[in-house]
Parts: sequence; C-alpha cells; structure tokens
Amino acid sequence: MIDQKIVDPDYLLFEAPRTSEYITGSEAVREAIKRANVDMAIAYPITPQSESMHLVGDIYAQGYVKEYFRGENEFAVMSSVAGASMAGVRVFTATGGPGTMRAFEVFPTWAGARLPIVCAFMTRGVNSPLTIQPDTIEMAYLLETGILMLHAENSQDLHDMLLMAFMVAEKTDVHIPVGVFADGFFVTHTRDKVNMLPEDCKLPSYDPYSAPVPVMDMENVPVRQMRDPFVMKSNFISYAAHASWQQEIDAAAERSRKYLNHYLGGLIDVEHEDADIFIATSGTAVSQSREAIAIAREEGINVGLIKIKSIRPFPREEICALASRAKGIIVPEFNRVGWLAKEICNVIDEPRKVVRGPRVFGGMTMPPELILAEIRRIHQ
Amino acid sequence: MKTGMLKISPGFEDIMPPEYRELVDNGPYGKNYGIGDLGSYKELLEEHPLCAGCGLALSLRLTLASLPMPEDTVIVGSTGCSALAFPQVALHNIHSLFGNQNAVASGLKRALKLRFPDKEKDVVVIAGDGATADIGLDMVMQSWLRREKITTIMLDNEAYANTGGQESGMSMQGAVLNMAPTGKKFPKLSLPEIAQTCGCAYVAAASPAKPKQLAKVVRRAILVAREIGPTYVQLYSPCPTNYKFNPKETVSLIKQREKDGLYQSKEYISQEAKAFLESIEVKK
Ligand SMILES: Cc1ncc(C[n+]2csc(CCOP(=O)(O)OP(=O)(O)O)c2C)c(N)n1
Repeated sequence: MIDQKIVDPDYLLFEAPRTSEYITGSEAVREAIKRANVDMAIAYPITPQSESMHLVGDIYAQGYVKEYFRGENEFAVMSSVAGASMAGVRVFTATGGPGTMRAFEVFPTWAGARLPIVCAFMTRGVNSPLTIQPDTIEMAYLLETGILMLHAENSQDLHDMLLMAFMVAEKTDVHIPVGVFADGFFVTHTRDKVNMLPEDCKLPSYDPYSAPVPVMDMENVPVRQMRDPFVMKSNFISYAAHASWQQEIDAAAERSRKYLNHYLGGLIDVEHEDADIFIATSGTAVSQSREAIAIAREEGINVGLIKIKSIRPFPREEICALASRAKGIIVPEFNRVGWLAKEICNVIDEPRKVVRGPRVFGGMTMPPELILAEIRRIHQ
Repeated sequence: MKTGMLKISPGFEDIMPPEYRELVDNGPYGKNYGIGDLGSYKELLEEHPLCAGCGLALSLRLTLASLPMPEDTVIVGSTGCSALAFPQVALHNIHSLFGNQNAVASGLKRALKLRFPDKEKDVVVIAGDGATADIGLDMVMQSWLRREKITTIMLDNEAYANTGGQESGMSMQGAVLNMAPTGKKFPKLSLPEIAQTCGCAYVAAASPAKPKQLAKVVRRAILVAREIGPTYVQLYSPCPTNYKFNPKETVSLIKQREKDGLYQSKEYISQEAKAFLESIEVKK
C-alpha cells in the first residue's frame, strides 16, 4: 500500500495531475475506491458486477479499505451496509440487475435513514428468461427510492462519479445515498483510456457528526429516544410527521443540485447548443448517439447532444430550456420500457416533440443507424 | 459514551422534558444497575404501547435492565410488536426491516469496532420469533457462521403477533392460528441447537417467569459476545392477545408450560466462554 495523504476534493478531482491508463470499468472502480478513503466495503457477486468487488477486495488486502467481507445475499449486504453507515463509517458496495431487485426493500430505507452510502449499480437485465446481458431496466425501478442517481457513459465517468458521489452524499444538507450507474459489460468489461488521479492522494475522511440525524454510536446526546410519533399510530401528528419526512428526503435531493453542478460541471453536457434536433440520453447510449450525430452533421443536419449525467435529481429546467427551441428530441435507450423518455416527457412543455426511441434491450447494442434514421425522419 | 455528556446545559433544566431530566439524574448509564435495582431508578423503557399482559414487554423490560453497559449499547430490532415499544427506549435503537436485523447488526458492530477500536460497544439484536426464525433465519445463521460479535435475543411469543396471530416457525405443532387453520404441520424449531451448531459461544433459553435467571443469561450472553463470538438467547414470552388467555396469567402460563415439559430453560456454554465467564464471575 502506498502512503496516501488527504487532499482537498476539488484539488483531487479538478487539479491533480492525471495519468492515462488503458483499463476496464471494473478496474476504474478499484482505482476510484483506492482514492476514496473508504472505511468498509461489503460484497456479493453478480455478473457483471463481481469483478469490481473482487478488485475492491484486493485493495482491502493491500490496506486501502479497512474492512471488507462477503455477505450472504444482496438483501443482507444492503442491510449490513446500512448498519455500517448508521454507525458512522464511509461504506461502499456494488451490485446489478437481479441483485438490485433482490435488495429492493432496503433502498428506500437508506434514503429515509439519511445514509450517505455510495453504491455502484452495474446494470443488467432482470430475469426470466435468464439473462446476464446489459439492460438499464432496473433504473426504472429505482427512480423513486430517494437515492440520487448518476449515469456514467464510460469508465472515466464511472471513476470520477464514484469519487464525487461520496462528497455529495456526505454534505450535511444532502446526506442521502448516491447510486452510480454503469451499463453492464459495455462499461464494466470494456477497456478504455481512463485518466487517473495520483495514487498517493485520497479524499478527506467522513465525519459522522456532520449527519443531520444522530449517528448510532451512543456517543452523541441526546441519545436517540425515538419519541417521534411512530407512523403506525393512526393520528394526525404521525401522518404529518411521515409526510413531511418524505418531503424532506425530496428536498435533500434538490439541495444536492448545487454540489452536483459543481462536481459534474452541470447535470447535463450539451453539444451544439443551437441545434434544431437533439438526442437526449444517458449511459453508453450517449456514445452511440455521438456516432449518429457525426454522420448526420456531415449530411448538413443541425443535430445536437444532451448527455444526461444526473437522473436524480433530474435536470428538468436544463432540458426544458433546450427542448423549447428544438424541433424534436430523440431518446435512445437500452431498455424496453423507455423510462428516460417518460422522464423527459414529464418535464417539457411539448411532450409530442419527444421521439420515444429507438430502444434496444436484452443485451443488444444500439446500431447508430437506428438513431440516424430518426434524425433524418424529423429533419424532413 | 462519556456519561458527563448527558448533563443538561445550565439554564435549560426546566424546559427539558421531565422524563429526560429524570433519565439524566437517575438513569442507569454508567451505574452498573441490574434487575435487583428495578424500581429504584429511571428505567430505559419509558412505558410501552403493547397489550396488557404482554410477555414480550415484560421480557424487554427485564432485558433492558440487565444490560451490562447501557451507555454503550446499541440495539437493533425488527418489525413486529417490539418495534412499537422501541420508540420508548432510551438507547440508540435501529428499526431496520422485517428480518434483516442480524445483517444490519453485522455492519454496525464492525463499523463501531473501526471507529472505537479501544472501547467496547455492545450490539444487541432484539427481535421476534418470526423475524429471527423465519424471514430472517438466513441472516441470523449467517451472522453466527461469520462469528459476528453480537448477541441475538429472540422474543419468542410463538406467533406473528403484530400482524394478527399467524403461525411462525416457533409455534407448537398442532397450534391452530391464522394461516394455520387446521393446525401447524411441523414442530417448533429448535433454534438453540442450531445456534450451537452454527458456532454460538453461548446459548440460553429463559423466560420472564424467572427474572434473575433471565438477567443472568442476558448479561452472560452480552459479555461473551463482547469477548469471544456470537451468542443467542431465546426468551419465551407468551402473547395473551393472540393465544387468547387472560392477561394476568402470562407468568403462571409459563410456569405451567415448564411443569408440563413443554418449555425448558437451557444454557450451553462453549469451553472458551466457560473459562472467560469463570474468570470474570469469580472476580466479583
Ligand atoms: C417483508 C415484510 N413482510 C411482511 C411484513 C409484515 N409483518 C410485520 S410484523 C410481522 C410478524 C412479526 O412477527 P414476529 O417477528 O414473531 O414478532 P411479533 O410481532 O410476534 O413480536 C409481519 C409478517 C413486513 N413488515 N415486511
């Protein structure tokens, strides 16, 4: 293990000299966690995530992570992660597809308990018939769990988003979990150039006393006498307490915008801001869209790109402003249900402008020609 | 916990809730009280919203009074009747979900060990029989197999009480309960044996009909978990509401069951735990 010094997160993410390496997405996870000053990581295997947590295990063996173990299943792992976070340590885990679904009951409780857990979701189809192929359908289910959701286009995004995720999650006025999503295989198992940070630097430690709820260590006063009107009591005060708590979680997600804007440089990236037609998408569909855009622009069509980096909070104002000027918005997706297109339709004034597709799923790649065909259709 | 932290800032005494003031002045933190002192100090359980005659509430009260170090104890509970009582307990307590209590406790205990390497922090799981022996059994057993240093206490009322009296793995064979309309088809699970097989260093079955014994096993279980490894305590805590007996007969019913051979108190202590307990119990 290399001696690491704590540095300012802004220095680490924006100023520190980077060195370029040709690595897989899973290796990018290892490199991010190595510099994230993580106290504890808990693992359970599922393709295409397993490799990431193998590599986190390796850096635990080297001393970069203080505690690591394999739990018994995803529901248990997500529960153990919750326990660790409540006890006031920085904790990381990763899963994907069926693992995500198996653990589902726990995710809303992470947000409700204001736990700053960071979880990488390596997306994969959810089963029957069995598939291990990439598919972002699981993201549709997670939209309303209270978890912040960042979607990586490639290994570089994955690496950087993981590091900034801890910093955003742990802000006192946010203090809710962050999920960093990467499309299984397309990102996790693909080798790509990643600009990495110096190995001898790490993020500042988590301060559990910065939490807006008491850390469960019997060290802070007043001790948690859970005298809040319990929700099962049927009276107005308990209804009101629960309702306002749900709103508070939403508000915490809203308050994350300023930090995400800072770290991500905006919740969206835009290319060709003056375009007549936009392709709005997230994850690896962004890369395919870039190819289609390059061809269309050669044909003289003024088409631009909206890369959506944050799904929760959703960049509604940003997209709305761009949509009002455009003729059409094409939303390519790697899932059957088209959750991203629905999200966009929900926030813009003229949902009819949205082309809800093309969509591929079940592990297929997105031929740029499909996107191109939609661009040409709108252009005419 | 540095118990001095509990002191109320001067000038704020009169606006603090009276039960908080009482807890600060007369509570058990740092005083090494036991059940013999019950009634002479401010208890950790303020009051409880459970049914009259609830065996579980009685077990919980005695368990809390037996904690060797309440000022440094965190309790992990589960959904069920006890979850309704925990809001009134003056300890950090976590209501997790139904059945995941031992997984939460595993993460919690390891994290507390990281943060306080030189200090003891007791993590005690207190959950119903449904949470422990049915929906959470996987996680309970796996925490034992992993040798997590936590104490698991089952409040065994032989049913899912909170959802209206369904059979659980701990109900007796033949018991007619909701969702077992023709009687339960398989015997009561022997979790103490399983606990022993899974590597618990200390296992006991007790009941609130014998408070001193209950206090002793809870204390031993927590001390052994602190030093050696996982421990398990099963507290028979009958439910007057769902088993439809007179609330004032809870304790006598336990005694009758014991007489009939349908409930037995037990204690299993591993060699290592025995040596440890001898070393500390003799010293006193
Ligand atoms: C996943 C899930 N399934 C079902 C329930 C409904 N439920 C709440 S409490 C309970 C039974 C609790 O039984 P037990 O653990 O024996 O505790 P008791 O109520 O008897 O104290 C059930 C089934 C739930 N809360 N969560």
